[in-house]
Amino acid sequence: MEEAADAKARKTGVRLCCLCDQRRAALKRPKTLEQICRECFYKVFEEEIHQVIVENQLFKPGDRVAIGASGGKDSTVLAYVLSELNHRHNYGLDLFLLSVDEGITGYRDDSLETVKRNEIQYGLPLKIVSYKDLYGWTMDEIVKMIGLKNNCTFCGVFRRQALDRGAALLKVDKVATGHNADDIAETVLLNILRGDIARLSRCTSITTGEDGPIPRCKPFKYTYEKEIVMYAYFKRLDYFSTECIYSPNAYRGFAREFIKDLESIRPRAILDIIKSGEDFRISTNTKMPEQGTCERCGYISSQKWCKACVLLEGLNRGLPKLGIGRSRGLDNDGRKDVKHSTGTKNIESKQCGTLDF
Amino acid sequence: MACNSSNCQSNCYKNDEEQAEDSPSPAYRKSSTSINGQNNLCVKCKANEPISCASVGSGGDDTRFCYGCFRSNLYGKFRLSVTSHAMITPSDNVLVAFSGGPASSVALQFVHEMQHRALKNFEASKDRSLPVFGVGVAFIDESSVYPDASEKVDDAIKEMRLIVSKLAPPMKQLHVVPIENIYTSDSIDGKDRLTNLLNAVNDATGKEDLLLHLRMLALQKVASQNGYNRLIIGSCTSRIAAHVLTATVKGQGYSLSADIQYVDARWDVPVVLPLRDCTAQELNLLCRIDGLKTFQLLNNPPAGINGLVSSFVTLLQEENPSRECTIVRTAGKLTPFHFNRIPEINDCNVPLATRRRQKRYNLKTIESMTSESFCPLCNSPLSNSDLLSSSSLESCQSSRFVGACCSSCRFQILPKDSSSREHFYTSLPQQLVARMKYGSCDNSSSLRQQIQDCLLSDSEDES
Repeated sequence: MEEAADAKARKTGVRLCCLCDQRRAALKRPKTLEQICRECFYKVFEEEIHQVIVENQLFKPGDRVAIGASGGKDSTVLAYVLSELNHRHNYGLDLFLLSVDEGITGYRDDSLETVKRNEIQYGLPLKIVSYKDLYGWTMDEIVKMIGLKNNCTFCGVFRRQALDRGAALLKVDKVATGHNADDIAETVLLNILRGDIARLSRCTSITTGEDGPIPRCKPFKYTYEKEIVMYAYFKRLDYFSTECIYSPNAYRGFAREFIKDLESIRPRAILDIIKSGEDFRISTNTKMPEQGTCERCGYISSQKWCKACVLLEGLNRGLPKLGIGRSRGLDNDGRKDVKHSTGTKNIESKQCGTLDF
Repeated sequence: MACNSSNCQSNCYKNDEEQAEDSPSPAYRKSSTSINGQNNLCVKCKANEPISCASVGSGGDDTRFCYGCFRSNLYGKFRLSVTSHAMITPSDNVLVAFSGGPASSVALQFVHEMQHRALKNFEASKDRSLPVFGVGVAFIDESSVYPDASEKVDDAIKEMRLIVSKLAPPMKQLHVVPIENIYTSDSIDGKDRLTNLLNAVNDATGKEDLLLHLRMLALQKVASQNGYNRLIIGSCTSRIAAHVLTATVKGQGYSLSADIQYVDARWDVPVVLPLRDCTAQELNLLCRIDGLKTFQLLNNPPAGINGLVSSFVTLLQEENPSRECTIVRTAGKLTPFHFNRIPEINDCNVPLATRRRQKRYNLKTIESMTSESFCPLCNSPLSNSDLLSSSSLESCQSSRFVGACCSSCRFQILPKDSSSREHFYTSLPQQLVARMKYGSCDNSSSLRQQIQDCLLSDSEDES
């Protein structure tokens, strides 16, 4: 018994990387559980992202690309890896960092400092658009008015538009966001749980909004969150990892925990969920909302006014409840059918930070 | 929110409730305000007392009905799925898959009631033009897989015989079939081969799923050997909701929509799910108050992925009691396959109303739903990516078999190294090997599909 354990210890002591078979294995790769060395990890991590970019033709030579940068691990690693790959494989891209300042003291101001350091470290020009400039309100002011309920709705709606507006100011052709495989798998599950077939059919596309002014893409679609953390850790990348003060428990959703549990017994489950999401037989004639433009601000909208304008109108008129909840818009009778969605909160994790799905 | 979608045809009480919420009637108000009081009434008939929570030990929505309304609502859902999808017509001979669990107990009870009514109508009618459909019951004995449970199973079988014999008239035959019956050879050899087959699978989830496929194989075999032309499975909303999630997690998104429809005719004997709109909670409650005897033969909770999903669904259900319905409703919006329907009946023995109803509810054939290839192990339709990755050029048979399987089976069921893979292949029942041999494309059911309009009978008995 002891002998066997001894032999095992000796064996693990000299375990070599199963890819290069030269250096000592330093980590177990979360995606495949292969024991590999650091250098090989960097190599496969970057190479996989490169393959995703090439196979899906995410960028064209000469494209101006904005990287949605929050200062968190995903966007920091994305900025680092994209600028690396851009040099290495001559993508010919003009890369920019694009940050949204929600105006949250003690959270966003600190994370923006990180982004500003990244601007220097990676040599990428940074553009910051703020809620205050765009809408006249900071999140701090909004929370002061409406409290901690539904504040994530405001933030999410405003951020989506702010990012587009920032991208327009930078005159970029594309926006790349740091959504990772875990995020996408979670979204697939949430859309099943919510019964949202239209979003279910879109949420796995690597590029979205191609019919809109500025398409968005997710180069990390197949990249595991754990590997992103690992990459940032080993490369000692400078990133900010504090939770939003207005949504401290945002990461403790059921669905997220479920995915983590799945990953621990079958790492491949995350990729399988994404594959299922891509393969679902959804008939193409599923009704899609007709896209128009907001009469007030000109932003794309399926309604008369875009969501941001509705919310903003509520804030400015002192009626913050306006537009909250699942609004079905105006129906034929002109009756506003507003259904409050309660109780679904705790199944999802990233209400905040959600951009696209 | 439970079943308020347009595709839920059940006369679901939740609809009533929501309408009541929109325009609160005095009666509704009365019942809702007195809900905590002593003399509250059934929300439907407003005449009888609802099922008391204390007496059945369960709270929740079901208990706002009186016993009569609860039962007729549940039976109504069953009957609507049966009639609107032509699951059972007078000339049919149906086999109820009976595990002893609450769902299949209710399925058996309801099928019996339906048959009993048909018999009464038959006896009362002058011309006796409508024959009464036949009913059989099948229990698959898995004690060779779980030897510890064999004593329990033997006792249960005795009781099952009693239960089935009480469900008469008309008489129903109980077929007790050991799972190793899927092998053509004698039973001892079958047992060994089954053990070898299951032992070759390393993944706990994969093993469980393989057993599930084998169970279906056994049911199909007993059904076709005994001249049944429908197989009734008691899968309920809760079960289907869990399947939606497990299939998604296993990467079976493409084939998922095949498994969750009312009708699944990709098998020799079409499979029907009349309890698709009933939740496990409702079925459990009915078993308790009707005193239906149920058996829990296996105490081992589901393993691996299946276990994680089932605890996840339980959690979701606690957070929102209609979550399972929503999940099934979402998956119901996925496009089904051509085999998810009973071919339209032109038999004049079948009442016109049934035929008309079937025309209304049956899936419309869509061009894109043409011939499919199937995984020889789990019989799920293969997606294009599966087909591309399958290599038919392999020389050895076991590798060819592996190549024909779906990616999910390849990962969780098929052994990775070639020697145990060979072992696995040789332990497979003949039918599974044959599925591959005849080429997945010219599978008999898809052949049937092409000549369907020229066939006069539903069953293949004559051939």
